[in-house]
Amino acid sequence: MTGSPAIEPTAPGRRDFLGRLGKGLGVLAAVELLAVVVAYLAPGRSGGARGAGLVVAGPVGEFTPASVRAFPGGRFYLVRLADGGFLALSSKCTHLGCTVPWNEKQGNFPCPCHASTFDRRGDVLAPPATRALDLFPVVIEGGIVKVDTSRRIERARFEPGQVTYL
Amino acid sequence: MIKEQGAVPAPERKPSGFSHLVLHLHPKLVPAAALPLPLTFGLGGASAVLFLVLAVTGALLLVVYEPSPERAYGTVARLVDEVPFGALVRNAHHWAANGLVLVTLLHLLRVFYRGGHLPPRRGNWFVGVALLLLVVGCAFTGYLLPWDQLAFWAVTISTGMLEYVPAIGSTLLRAARGGADVGPTTLARFFVLHVAILPIALLVLLALHFWLVRKVGGVILPVQVGDRASPRGALVPTSPHLTQREGAAALVVMAAVMLAAALWNAPLLAQANPGMSPNPAKAPWYFMGLQELLVHLHPVLGAVVLPLLGIGLLLALPVLGGPERPSGRWFGSPRGARHALVAAIAAVLATAAAIVANEPFRTGKPWLGTIPAGVRSGALPLALAAMVLLGVAWLSRRRGASRQEAVQAAFTFALASFAVLTVVGVVFRGPGMALGLP
Repeated sequence: MTGSPAIEPTAPGRRDFLGRLGKGLGVLAAVELLAVVVAYLAPGRSGGARGAGLVVAGPVGEFTPASVRAFPGGRFYLVRLADGGFLALSSKCTHLGCTVPWNEKQGNFPCPCHASTFDRRGDVLAPPATRALDLFPVVIEGGIVKVDTSRRIERARFEPGQVTYL
Repeated sequence: MIKEQGAVPAPERKPSGFSHLVLHLHPKLVPAAALPLPLTFGLGGASAVLFLVLAVTGALLLVVYEPSPERAYGTVARLVDEVPFGALVRNAHHWAANGLVLVTLLHLLRVFYRGGHLPPRRGNWFVGVALLLLVVGCAFTGYLLPWDQLAFWAVTISTGMLEYVPAIGSTLLRAARGGADVGPTTLARFFVLHVAILPIALLVLLALHFWLVRKVGGVILPVQVGDRASPRGALVPTSPHLTQREGAAALVVMAAVMLAAALWNAPLLAQANPGMSPNPAKAPWYFMGLQELLVHLHPVLGAVVLPLLGIGLLLALPVLGGPERPSGRWFGSPRGARHALVAAIAAVLATAAAIVANEPFRTGKPWLGTIPAGVRSGALPLALAAMVLLGVAWLSRRRGASRQEAVQAAFTFALASFAVLTVVGVVFRGPGMALGLP
């Protein structure tokens, strides 16, 4: 402010330009920092290598038609429908993510958190859930049932095409 | 409230080092009318004391606690079972935290019902709302840390609500949890938020909050307190008049926390088991009103639209009432108090009736089953709620209330309704979320 006339700016445009450049660089640095933080915090891809989530459920003969067996480690239920078809239902409620238990007497999956209920095909029987339980792909190779828990399939409702037959 | 107006100033004495410290927060002299307890009930000060109690007990807990899923539960169990006074420190932290959520909320209501949210205090109202959100954020992130069944499932369902945010829901959910499910990364994130980022943010905003109170000349006073020459009435020295009261109040708050800590243990259930949700699985009590709504309503409405509208309403309160200035009286006027009371009673009855009436339709065949769920349990209830609130304000206005008082009546209706939802969720929901006596 009180500088000698010798260093008084001769071209005010240059000072303006440098000021703006400084601000621009500041904004750029802030954006870069933000991007670094976001990238750092972004969740890594889960699941890992292909086939890592494959669960061998057992030979087909072990599962009687019209039965439901829990696989707590894989977080799914292997359902064998009355017609012999297989469905692997995720045990995670589609409402807010609680684990649904299987109620053998009622023949349904009642969620303990908000009372959504699903039938044995995973379809919604009672709200507040708005879509059917997720599926995991079922593969039957050489009479052995395998479930790929690394690939979660979201669906609105049950459709016959989702069932795996022998 | 004006009976102390003529209070005799304390004899002059040399200010101690302590008063010098205090006088950084308070002015040298305060209006005698600002001292009586029913003016503020000391709720803001109590919040500050609870924050300090939480900082001290939190630092002690940090010495023992280890934030990993393998170690967290074990260290908390060791704290309770083996560390001398470990249970007491943990209990104190627990009760102070729950107390802070409650007291902050009451403080906000006190400010609102005395008109402290209106200009010239409007800016500080916004800071206060941000502080309330931070306090809830601190409490919620702390909820996960014991890594027991209560913590795990409460956080699972609370963060699960994020998935219903349109378009960016699953991104938000993964960002909050650090993955698809609540796991080690969630614990790490919540831990850092709980012990560093949120408390620091809280501290910065708290300083701003205090400074804005002082800048505006202290707490809101009744208008009739002074005369033209001295509108704030008689002044008394802050020390000892205010400092002694504050000191006594702080001791009462700390005594209450320690008493609660000695009498009631903070819950610690079995270690978190991702394979089994307890029945019923409930969110922390301050989210139970929301969880109750989620039982009845479409998730997008219950988990996204209504919370955002609620925060929006809090922020809009100073503007909705128009350019009226605060009267400094409780509820604006006796008429304002009457209308607020009627609105509260109506809300309690209507909400309780609605919950009971919806119960058979909740689990059975839905009401108006042919209409799509988004309309039936989303758009329709939202329109109904908006109509009810506008109706309350309109009715209050028709019965002679000022615009500010009409807004107050409508807000009171919403507040009482939320309180009923919270009580029903906490007390009257049993296994399978069925209604029943506790």
